[in-house]
Formats: sequence, structure tokens, C-alpha cells
Amino acid sequence: MNYLMRRLATFPLVLLGVSIVVFLAIRMVPGDSITAMLGTEAGLLTPQQRDALAAYFGIDQPWFIQYWRWLLGLFQGNLGISSTYGRPVLDVILEHFPLTLELALLSMVIALLVGMPAGIFAATHNEKLSDLGVRVVAMIGQSTPNFVLALLIIYTLSAGFGVLPAMGEFSPLWQDPLRNLGQLLLPAITLGFAFAASVTRISRSAMLDVLSDDYVRTARSKGVSARGVIWRHALPNALIPVVTLSGIEFGYLLGGAVIVEQIYALPGLGRMVLDAILQRDYALVQGSVLFIAFNFMIVNLLVDLAYVALDPRIRLSEH
Amino acid sequence: MATLRAIFAHPSGRIGGAIVALYLLLAVLGMLGLTPHNPLTQHRVERLHAPDSTYWMGTDLFGRDVASRLMTGIGQSFIVAFFSVAVATLAGTVLGLAAAWFGRRWDGLVMRIMDVVLAFPAILLALLIVAVAGPGTSTSVIAIAIVYTPIFTRVVRGPALSLKAREFVDAARTFGSSAGYIVTRHLLLNLVAPLTVQVTLALAWALLTEAGLSFLGLGTQPPAASLGLMLSDSRNLMETAPWLMIFPGVAIMIGILGFNLLGDALRDVLDPKMRRSIA
Repeated sequence: MNYLMRRLATFPLVLLGVSIVVFLAIRMVPGDSITAMLGTEAGLLTPQQRDALAAYFGIDQPWFIQYWRWLLGLFQGNLGISSTYGRPVLDVILEHFPLTLELALLSMVIALLVGMPAGIFAATHNEKLSDLGVRVVAMIGQSTPNFVLALLIIYTLSAGFGVLPAMGEFSPLWQDPLRNLGQLLLPAITLGFAFAASVTRISRSAMLDVLSDDYVRTARSKGVSARGVIWRHALPNALIPVVTLSGIEFGYLLGGAVIVEQIYALPGLGRMVLDAILQRDYALVQGSVLFIAFNFMIVNLLVDLAYVALDPRIRLSEH
Repeated sequence: MATLRAIFAHPSGRIGGAIVALYLLLAVLGMLGLTPHNPLTQHRVERLHAPDSTYWMGTDLFGRDVASRLMTGIGQSFIVAFFSVAVATLAGTVLGLAAAWFGRRWDGLVMRIMDVVLAFPAILLALLIVAVAGPGTSTSVIAIAIVYTPIFTRVVRGPALSLKAREFVDAARTFGSSAGYIVTRHLLLNLVAPLTVQVTLALAWALLTEAGLSFLGLGTQPPAASLGLMLSDSRNLMETAPWLMIFPGVAIMIGILGFNLLGDALRDVLDPKMRRSIA
């Protein structure tokens, strides 16, 4: 338990560190946000209008006062006002988050549905040609950048079948589930491919490890069927590294798939952050990066908890 | 020598090694300017020329030779990958060794800072750094180095801590060896194997990140060639000139595959124990 308590205790500390890093980093960006927001029209502003805008967005104060205000606001759920959207940052983030969450979940489902059976199959056919085939495909999958895959998918669809992925206006899940799935399927496959490859590799090697353990041999010699050995005895233990890997990968995906969202023109969190950075929307970058880092840390913490829960050896050794 | 032989006996090692060697050759030729054509010369009459015997991989929208640009692009990607991983390895090793050796507060401080860096998803942190420092090659190097430093710190600190508790370190202390000697001779030397594996795998990741940053227009700047940039430029011409996308796309993929295969082989050869725990 010691380890977990320590993790929980350092959690707010790390989060505070993250907030300082984000806050200072964004202030080192050259250029000011009013010019970035209004473009050439910023030149038409009178000094008074400029000052009024700066006061409105709170950027006329010294950095430590801005940070302090921001931190106080955080505790009240107020992340400031986005200069590009003209709305509260939290609203903007929560508007883009469902898509990213849905995409991450879909990709994980695809990865687990494909990767685990493939990994178990490869492990139970160890050193046979079919195992080699699975391993080669998984290795290629793991080495394919998602943006290369995305372009290859789009090209194959358009050149081979004359169709383009459904880009256009994005429809949320609760408005038009079918259209929504249609729009997210290809991006999810794109992200799920490399994910599935990692799941395949890790479930294969975890399964191989477990299958060579003594208790599995004992089960076999007791006359448990091959299937029974795999499902009842080996799989539960082989799952531990799969859970860890999937959790970490899922945490990454929750941060938004910047490039894939860009290619498929999806209004997710990743693309929003990229735009906010390019637009120097201070408040939005700060808020969303903190939001993403927070999610990432929570997911990693949950992964650790799951790890402890799944592996009794760790629980026992910590007591 | 024995390690090298073992790597070549390993199927992944053979293929991965061959790919990496080929890419190194292409990169060096590209950097020396020994390309089939000048990668920047615009053959305006032959814009979007399909691959043939003169232009092996066709030409782009400006009539520049894709094969030559691919070679200089690989060179560019390799420079960024090697420098960033070198900086990350150095910084991570120094920080990890220091954390393990000095322990206590210093260890806590270093590892908490690393926790902060690790709390950012990699590409997001890289984006943030590029946004602050402005796009370009050196920024990419710094961004990727910062992103990977915590990983090296962790790879070094853990084993260094357990090495520090071993008898031979106590023995060296009683013999009066200096701290510097013990750290470099007894700790660092024993960390070469896990570090080598990590460096190879990090190179694959660095290639990927560099390509990603360039793809977003935040890495290498035009007119210089880079694989990510070439891929990004190909997006609107996909149907008329698919070679603009396929060659750089496949080149990135195979390059990363090469380092991944080599890294796997190194892991098997250098550290059979690690294979079990990591895999």
C-alpha cells in the first residue's frame, strides 16, 4: 500500500509542477495573443481598445499574478476565457472531449479484439509458420506511423473504390449514431492498428511466459484440457501486462490524436490544442494541456491500481 | 565481437541491421550531395513526372526529383533522431546516475521533475516546446530530447540503485575507490546493455516524432526535404501523383521497422532477463 499512498501524495505536487511548466512555457512564446487572435485587424485597434482587450483576458498583469489568478480559478472550475472561441475554456474543452474519448475507446476495442486473439493464437502456435506470420504483421503494425497508415487508407479508398472518408460536418454520437460511427470508424482503425500490434506482441509474450510456468505444467499433467489450461489457468495471469499496456496507450489517446484528427478533419481535443498553440490562445492551451495531463496521470494511476489488484504478489510483498 | 555475431545470428537482427545500414548509407550519400539529381533543382517542364528511368521515384509539384529528396530527407531525419537521442541519453544517464548515487532529496527532486515531464503525452510536449521555440531542425532536436530524457533517467536509475547496493560496490568503496570511479566503472559499465537497447528503440521513436512534427509543419522547414514534410505535401496530390505519398510513407515505415527489429534483437542478445520483464 505504501507505494500507492506515495503515488497519491505526489499526485497534486506533480500536477502543480505541470501547471507551472505549462503556464511559463506558453508565456515564452514570441508574439502576443491579441495580434494572433485578430490578425491584421489588430493594427486597427486604438491603444485604448488594445488595453481593454488585454484587461478583459487578464493578460495585462505580471505573470505571477496571472498564474495565481489562474490557479484560484482552477479550483472554482474556471479556466479562463478562450480568445479564439470567446467562450469559457472549460466549455470549449468539454465540447471537444467526447469525440476524443469515443475515438480512444473505439481504438482500444479494436486493438483488444484483434490483438489479444492474435497474440494468444501466436503463443499457442509458438515457432510455427502461423506464429511467425502474426509476429511479422505485428512488427510491421508497430512500425507504421498512424499518419502514414491514414494516408494509405484514404488513398486506397479513393483510388481503389472511388470513395472518400465521410469528413464534412461532424455529428456527435447522441445526434446521429450511425453517421457518427461511420465518421469515426476509419480514424479508429488507423489508431487501433499500431495499438493492436502492441497488444498482440505483449499478449503473445505474456502468454508464452505463463505457459512455461510450473503451475501450468501441473495443470496439464493433472489432465486439464489444452483449452482449459489456456482459458482458466494461463489467460488471467497473461492479462496483467495487457491491461498495463492498454491503459497507458489509452491514456495517450485521451490526449487527442493530433495528426490523425488533422488528416480526417475531426474536431477532437488534439486538433483543438494544435490550433490553440498556433493561435496563441494562452488560456485554451493552458487549460487543455492541464486537462490532458490530468487525464493522463489519472489513467496511469488507475493502471497502477489495476496492476496491484490483478497481481496478488505485489499486494502481498507490499504488506 | 561475440555480441555482434549474436546479433547477426538473430533473424530480426540481420534484417534490422541491414535496413539500418542501408538507411545510413542513403543518409550519408544524401548529406554529401551524392544524389541522382539535385534535390532542390526544379525541373519545371517535368512537374509531377511519374517514376521512370530518369526519375526513379518521379518528380513533385515543382519538378524536383523525389528519390534525391528522399535521400536528403532520410539524412535530415537521421540527424534529428541521432542528435536528440544522444542528448536524451546523455542527460538521462547523468540525471539517473546522480539520482541513484546521491539518493534522498536529490533523488526525490530529479524523479519528481521527471514525473512532471512524463505527465505530458509525448507529442503534446513536443508541440508545446516547438510552439515556444519556433519550428525548425534544432527545436525538433531539443523537443524530442526533452521528451525522451525521463525515459533514459528511469532506465538508468532503477538498475543503478540495485547495482549500488551490490557487494562489489561496497568492496570498491573499502578499497578507497573514488565516487567518480565507482559510478563510471561499476555502475555505468553495467548499464551499457540496457542503454544500448533503449537507444535503438528510442531512435525508432525519434524518427517517428520527427516525421510527425514535420508533417504538421513544425519540424524541418521547406525547401529542405524531410520525410514528414514530403508526406504532408503529397496529401492534395494523392490521386494524380500517388508516388509522392507512397515512397516517403514506405520509407518512414521501413526505417522505423529497421530500428525496432534491431532493438528487439539487441534486447534478446544483451539481456535475456530484461526480455522477460519487459515483454
